[in-house]
Amino acid sequence: MSTRKPSSKELPIGAVVTKSSMEYETGDWGVMKPQTDLEKCTQCTLCHYFCPEGAITMNDDGYPEVINKYCKGCGICAEECPVKCIEMVRTK
Amino acid sequence: MSEKQTLMGMNGDESVAYATKQVNPDVVAAYPITPQTIIVEKLSEYVADGEVDYEYVAVESEHSALSNCVGASAAGARAFTATAANGLALMWEITFIASGLRLPIVMAIVNRSLGGPINIHNDHSDSMGARDSGWIQIHCENSQEVYDASITAWRMAEHPDVLLPIMVCLDGFTLSHTMENVLTLPDKVVSDFVGEREFITVKGHMGETELRLNPDVPLTFGPVDLQDYYFEHKLHQIDAMKQALKVIPEVDAEYAKISGRSYDLLHPYRMEDAEVAVLGLGSTMGTVKYTVDQLRDEGVKAGLVKMRVFRPFPSSDLVDALKDIPAVGVLDKSLSLGAPGGPLFEETMATLYHLPKKPLIANYIHGLGGRDTGPQLIRGVFESLLEIKDKGEIGDPMNYVGARP
Ligand code: SF4
Ligand code: SF4
Repeated sequence: MSTRKPSSKELPIGAVVTKSSMEYETGDWGVMKPQTDLEKCTQCTLCHYFCPEGAITMNDDGYPEVINKYCKGCGICAEECPVKCIEMVRTK
Repeated sequence: MSEKQTLMGMNGDESVAYATKQVNPDVVAAYPITPQTIIVEKLSEYVADGEVDYEYVAVESEHSALSNCVGASAAGARAFTATAANGLALMWEITFIASGLRLPIVMAIVNRSLGGPINIHNDHSDSMGARDSGWIQIHCENSQEVYDASITAWRMAEHPDVLLPIMVCLDGFTLSHTMENVLTLPDKVVSDFVGEREFITVKGHMGETELRLNPDVPLTFGPVDLQDYYFEHKLHQIDAMKQALKVIPEVDAEYAKISGRSYDLLHPYRMEDAEVAVLGLGSTMGTVKYTVDQLRDEGVKAGLVKMRVFRPFPSSDLVDALKDIPAVGVLDKSLSLGAPGGPLFEETMATLYHLPKKPLIANYIHGLGGRDTGPQLIRGVFESLLEIKDKGEIGDPMNYVGARP
């Protein structure tokens, strides 16, 4: 990917961040994605809080939903899920 | 027309504190350390007596003092601190952050030698050690200069083309604890001069906003800045230092109108037809002036160039001041151990190197650990320069003035 990076004159001083992290899609980093067995899920929300990318939202039914655009495949959610209902599966 | 002024008896530390009281910043966060202690005592006394309304934060270390100022300044406050020697060393990490985040903090440095061995007296090893941290440095000769710089520093630091933190440096004990006559401006004149802190706008991740933390338009300060952006942000700081060379004399000129006292980056003294000259900074320059006057009376063509602003380095003014002088002695009050010379010497050499015709330049390290440098020693420096001028060459450029070999 070759996007032109801004020159120093185009950048704001103070090294403040110019783009929202919403535009920073970390979903293409990893090779694994979490797969959740909702049968076993107790809706405890721990995966939502532990995800370092904020890539897990809790849907209206109270279940976790992974936003693949941001999920970097780190596996922290699977590690932290108390009932072990998240499995990391290779997608690449 | 300059304003009516009041003559006060103050030492250097009190001059910093009194000027800062008149400026009345928003936040003062400082930790006491000899010989800066009087500043901290006075600034907290003003709070206790209800004379000011700044937030005084009694921190547990210098690292926290400057970190506190970083947070306050990023939030848009005027933040002040003061330190010396090992206190500045403990702030080390944060000095680069304050400058890199472009926070116009003002800090008084009461110059003291950096231990070990432990020594509480004056030399410039503390501020010289921080010379690469991206702070403007003003070195004062006397308490009047300290008072004046403690006011003008805010305008220089906060200028939209600059936005860099400033160290106002004064020699420990020689200035910090020695009573002098200081002309002071009325409170109102000072507060009108410094005005309110202004902000430039930047395009942050939530759109155009002032360069300060504001929950309504969030901005991220101090993010990870890796291979692809860090270098460009350093170009910004390089440019800010260049701009400061223009802005500092502008602010000084404006201040001269209200105070009647003119300052510049460099102060040449009796340099018109000088054949030998000394370049230096800080309180020793008073002694050099005295010696130059004596030598002039004896028919010696001696002169002095006092450097008031060391960062940004006033290269082109320095070239103008020194290019035609046959022999120049650079007085350094600090060491760069293992280097070819002291910091001021090295930078002067680098600045003059490109000239087709340049002076012979020797380095005179003096005053380390508070060693007194009286007129006799300065006379010795000039005698050595006259010898260099007559011989037309320098043997070993390094001289350790006043040290027992
Ligand atoms: S794998 Fe990592 S990034 Fe992806 S949802 Fe789980 S915790 Fe978040
Ligand atoms: S951590 Fe496990 S049990 Fe808890 S909400 Fe997430 S998937 Fe369900």
